[in-house]
Amino acid sequence: MAEYQNLFTRVQVDAPHYPGVPHEPRGIWQRGIKASTNYWLGKIGDAQVGPFYLGTTGVLSILFFILAFEIIGLNMLASVNWNPLQFVRQLFWLALEPPAPEYGLRLPPLAQGGWWLIAGFFLTLSVILWWIRTYALARKLKMGTHTAWAFASAIWLFLVLGFIRPVMMGSWSEAVPFGIFAHLDWTAAFSLRYGNLLYNPFHALSIVFLYGSVLLFAMHAGTIMAVSRYGGEREVEQSLDRGTASERAALFWRWTMGFNATMESVHRWAWWFAVLCTLTGGIGILLTGTVVDNWYLWAVKHGVAPSYPTTFEALPDPATLQGGP
Amino acid sequence: MKHLIRNGVATLVALGLLSGCGERPPIDTQQLGYRGTGMEQNINPRIMKTVMAANQPGPIQPAADGSGPLASEVYQNVQVLKDLSVGEFTRVMLSMVDWVAPADQKNCTYCHNAENYADESMYQYQVARRMLTMTRDINSNWQAHVGQTGVTCHTCHRGQPVPPYVWFVDPGSGRENAFVGTRAEQNSAVTGLGITTIGHSSLPYDPYSPYLLGNLPIRVNGPTALPTGNRSSIKQAEWTYALMVHMSDSLGVNCTYCHNSRAFAEWDGESRPQRTTAWHGIRMARGLNNEYMVPLTGVFPETRLGPTGDVAKVNCQTCHQGVNKPYGGVSMAKDYPELQREKVLPLGPVEAAVDAMAPTADAAAEVSEATSPMASSTTAVGAATG
Repeated sequence: MAEYQNLFTRVQVDAPHYPGVPHEPRGIWQRGIKASTNYWLGKIGDAQVGPFYLGTTGVLSILFFILAFEIIGLNMLASVNWNPLQFVRQLFWLALEPPAPEYGLRLPPLAQGGWWLIAGFFLTLSVILWWIRTYALARKLKMGTHTAWAFASAIWLFLVLGFIRPVMMGSWSEAVPFGIFAHLDWTAAFSLRYGNLLYNPFHALSIVFLYGSVLLFAMHAGTIMAVSRYGGEREVEQSLDRGTASERAALFWRWTMGFNATMESVHRWAWWFAVLCTLTGGIGILLTGTVVDNWYLWAVKHGVAPSYPTTFEALPDPATLQGGP
Repeated sequence: MKHLIRNGVATLVALGLLSGCGERPPIDTQQLGYRGTGMEQNINPRIMKTVMAANQPGPIQPAADGSGPLASEVYQNVQVLKDLSVGEFTRVMLSMVDWVAPADQKNCTYCHNAENYADESMYQYQVARRMLTMTRDINSNWQAHVGQTGVTCHTCHRGQPVPPYVWFVDPGSGRENAFVGTRAEQNSAVTGLGITTIGHSSLPYDPYSPYLLGNLPIRVNGPTALPTGNRSSIKQAEWTYALMVHMSDSLGVNCTYCHNSRAFAEWDGESRPQRTTAWHGIRMARGLNNEYMVPLTGVFPETRLGPTGDVAKVNCQTCHQGVNKPYGGVSMAKDYPELQREKVLPLGPVEAAVDAMAPTADAAAEVSEATSPMASSTTAVGAATG
């Protein structure tokens, strides 16, 4: 008979729904009390769905998100003359563009970027309300607010890209368009315009923390699953009362590289790597155009970019030649 | 075992989907710069085979005797090829039938009035005359781009009256003044002309108008590390990017065929000499469009014009047609001295006498240069390209 043992169990525990810890209700939108069970969700996580707790900030956040989403989506649909077939076919190409450079920070006509400003405003409002909700829910459960601050780091990058940097540059046109290919093109054009973002040290740091997060995630998840046969996935118990799972996991990494994180500290490593990814990324974007105009020349100036031997004839800029066409 | 079969089938399906893109491996890679700089050219030999098959030089008429009487003395109304013998002149005319006249009308009457060959009434006649001047202009004044390889009518026309790759000003999506859903001349899979966007991208889809017709600045990078007044916008960079994707597409090359991708804007030691050739190519396309194509707008019938009433114009693809050098570098023009430049005619007895008096000879040369049909075009192109 199958037995509930660890993460790999094929058995789903069916028990009375857990209603959650008591809290002081506030606001007009109260937490739900109903919960249900879903077998398929139980395959990848907890089978219990609910109770939900949207709260005032949650409801408003969803409302503003829908507004922004609709403005973007309807603009895309209109751009293909309201043809639903073309909308689906060209979805990856369609976008809502920010205003043209000539508008600066002024309010442009709706079709010339006004819709972009409105959609961006609602989206920002939605994201900030969701942040407040993340913070408030954690406080209600008497938890720490680590998730909220990690989320805040992502919001920082979002605000730098779409609001803070455009304002510092004096032009909404510097911001990112809403669109799938469009925002990727913007990313490439941003790097091209400012002389290769790969020479931006904060961009480099951001990449380190991005790939570092992935590496840490793989190391940690791999380690815990590898010792789950000794109860390693019960991390909280293991950090209070170190058992053979922790001992083996720690020894594995000491054998491998002489040092190991602990059951508790590995989560601080992961949190900081994730938070620093967008924090440093935001700094890098903020410095681009405002403080540094050409990152390649900046890297040459500071001895970061090496010079390579040329294997071809090095010709000067033809526009600088006397008598050139 | 079941897993193995399932995975095997999934792999085969994935490979099938990939090969459907026509880009199945292996891809040949050619190193173009110093090791480690990533400057290389990726060539898919299967795609290259198709492209090269479509890029074969056109028919070449047997060489003509240049000694006989001049065509301008024998025929009426010869204005451009005045310097050619009747034999050379006829050879060019026959070649133009091969290269330009449509498949269902491979004869002189596509351009000429059969009753009177000197009659200028057919628009084809007027356009062809201007195009002959253009061909000679390219071969003698744009060697910075075409080198000694040169061009003929066939380089663009490939046996068709309208070259297969020309461009018209994009009429837009028709929503420019709408309340909602303007697309800022980008962010679409098809252009206002109903054709696929450059490189299937969502970049601005008509970078030709500002750069190959107009003279807007292509460069967006500043010359200094710190800001010193370069106000080029990111949107502007997208337009430049679109032009560059057009060039890459037209020539079948990567960015690194010309640029070192670590510093796209830098010249000395970072960019390959090919970038200089391309730089002249941009100016050549712009010059030809302004000097030859646009003035012909009124000559063409409406059916030959674009949706905004503009004339067909050239871009990089018009000649290159997917190859870094048209026909893979084979020169058709070397077999056509007639199309290279105006021949220096042997001096007649009167001119020879004038030549003996040195000081006046220079003045005579100046006068003849000023009246030559090429002189005016050269100056105008120079001005247009700035």
